[in-house]
Amino acid sequence: MSIQNTTADQQHNPAVLLDLKHISLSFGGVKAITDISFDIYEGEVRAIIGPNGAGKSSMLNVINGFYHPQQGEIWFDGKHRQAMKPYEIAYQGIARTFQNIALFKGMSVLDNIMTGRFTHMSKNLFWQALWKGPAEQEEIANRELVEHVIDFLEIQAIRKTPVGRLPYGLQKRVELGRALAAQPKLLLLDEPMAGMNVEEKEDMCRFILDVNDTFGTTIALIEHDMGVVMDISDRVVVLDYGRKIGDGNPDDVRNDQTVIDAYLGVSH
Amino acid sequence: MFYRESGDFKKTYQDDSQTFPIKFDRRRYYVVMAIAFLVLPMFMTDYFANAMMIPFLVWAIAALGLNILVGYCGQLSLGTGGFMAVGAYATYKLMTSFPGMDMFSVVLLSGFVTALVGMIFGLPSLRIKGFYLAVATLAAQFFLVWLLNKVPWFYNYSASGQITAPERSIFGIIITGPHASPITGYLFCLILAVGLAWVARNLTRGRLGRSWMAIRDMDIAAEIIGVNPLMAKLSAFAVSSFFVGVAGSLFFSVYLGAAEVTEAFSINVSFAVLFMVIIGGLGSIFGSFVGAAFMVLMPVLLKNILVGGFGWPTDLAAHLEFIIVGALIVIFLIVEPHGLAQMARVLKEKLRLWPFPH
Repeated sequence: MSIQNTTADQQHNPAVLLDLKHISLSFGGVKAITDISFDIYEGEVRAIIGPNGAGKSSMLNVINGFYHPQQGEIWFDGKHRQAMKPYEIAYQGIARTFQNIALFKGMSVLDNIMTGRFTHMSKNLFWQALWKGPAEQEEIANRELVEHVIDFLEIQAIRKTPVGRLPYGLQKRVELGRALAAQPKLLLLDEPMAGMNVEEKEDMCRFILDVNDTFGTTIALIEHDMGVVMDISDRVVVLDYGRKIGDGNPDDVRNDQTVIDAYLGVSH
Repeated sequence: MFYRESGDFKKTYQDDSQTFPIKFDRRRYYVVMAIAFLVLPMFMTDYFANAMMIPFLVWAIAALGLNILVGYCGQLSLGTGGFMAVGAYATYKLMTSFPGMDMFSVVLLSGFVTALVGMIFGLPSLRIKGFYLAVATLAAQFFLVWLLNKVPWFYNYSASGQITAPERSIFGIIITGPHASPITGYLFCLILAVGLAWVARNLTRGRLGRSWMAIRDMDIAAEIIGVNPLMAKLSAFAVSSFFVGVAGSLFFSVYLGAAEVTEAFSINVSFAVLFMVIIGGLGSIFGSFVGAAFMVLMPVLLKNILVGGFGWPTDLAAHLEFIIVGALIVIFLIVEPHGLAQMARVLKEKLRLWPFPH
């Protein structure tokens, strides 16, 4: 097979965690993504930017298996990925947060983050019904890890609060916590700072950078706040009308004429 | 003042995740258990056991089962009556085919049979949600009742089409049949109800329960986190049907003694159990018991007050009973749409600060 190919790639690149090759996705006649290729290195913060409707969220949905592209290949962790269900992809080590918060409203913060440990727990129905014994041990072992995440995100005080009662900024943080609890190889963040004030944005930036530093988690994020994107990302890919129009480090992208045109418009 | 968690520090995660983290709650639970197991059987009259406690426990088990499906997993079901019928007929077939089998095995096996049937009827839940699923489960209700009525093998070709519970026992104690004492029946139901409530609590606080609630609250996010919707929904249907099957089994064998499927397990049963769950509180184990108590005990209580206390004619009392219970349901739902369990929760929060709420 063409596994040879990736090792060749890895020689002149840092290790590539995710490689998207010529992805095209359309819904009926609407082309959401047209022939986009980019890669994400292990351990980097990769930003995906673009005007509204550029296909950024569709791209994330392709990566975690909600949409299956009509054309193109996805290589994850050195392996060609076949079409999979989203929950199978979770087992491969991809976690994400959503643009509009998708927390489990009826559950406490702790339970929400514990749900993030789902893929790491395996005791069957019988043991869970008994509780005492293996199921409880597994629960406690995972609880310890979840408590680390809670400490890390500084949400100790609200761990037993139902998430529905929390303010927006904290909900975003809990959602990040839920994704982190899964200890993903690749963390996808869909507009983690949308609707936040400056302090909350600063907090969130700090968390994202800390996650990247301390856990070495690879992060792909969509964000509209250009200041944030330019500050925290290692490389940026720019989409417009479902096509890639720019790719590179933040400074190059900022000075790229096509990118400026896409954002500011061109005089005709 | 006595209902406090301050000073009650948890040092291990095990302590922190226990069912009753507050000492007062824990003690109250032990007291309730002691009363139910030791005190009540000593002072209970046959009427009290037969008309109140046994149906209360049976319906509580059914409500517990439906609550797992509707309250925890968010899959609306109107097939409860049909599934109870499956439990009852499985019990009847097991009792008549294997006369030597003890009652615990019979009841639990009936539960497993119902779980299987429930899983089959749970399959549509993968494609349809909400009200549409309710209609699909309604099909289960009508189909199962029709099937059990139509195929004579299920009622051993009896001329009346009825099933009658023969006499069966555990360790020489008669549980079913005409010679069974209501008090042993009560204890038998109590053991199962407490055991199943414990199982329900364990399942809902662990990995499986979280996967159910995740599917209920936000199915897309649940899938992203690794929850297989197929497994989560089918396991909820299986566990729920198991409980409902056990309830149906007890309803037939211990409570009724004889049953005819179109009467005993009609659509009314499905609605009654759904009301219990809604009034008691969706997603609450305690709520299932309270809801069952409300729907079973309230009418009996009203009847005793109206007929016994005021000496009114029985037919007038029966009509008034409907009016009062109906009105109470509406009032409760207006005051607290999240059920009696939520009321208890609010009361608890108030009690924590009482008498100094500021």
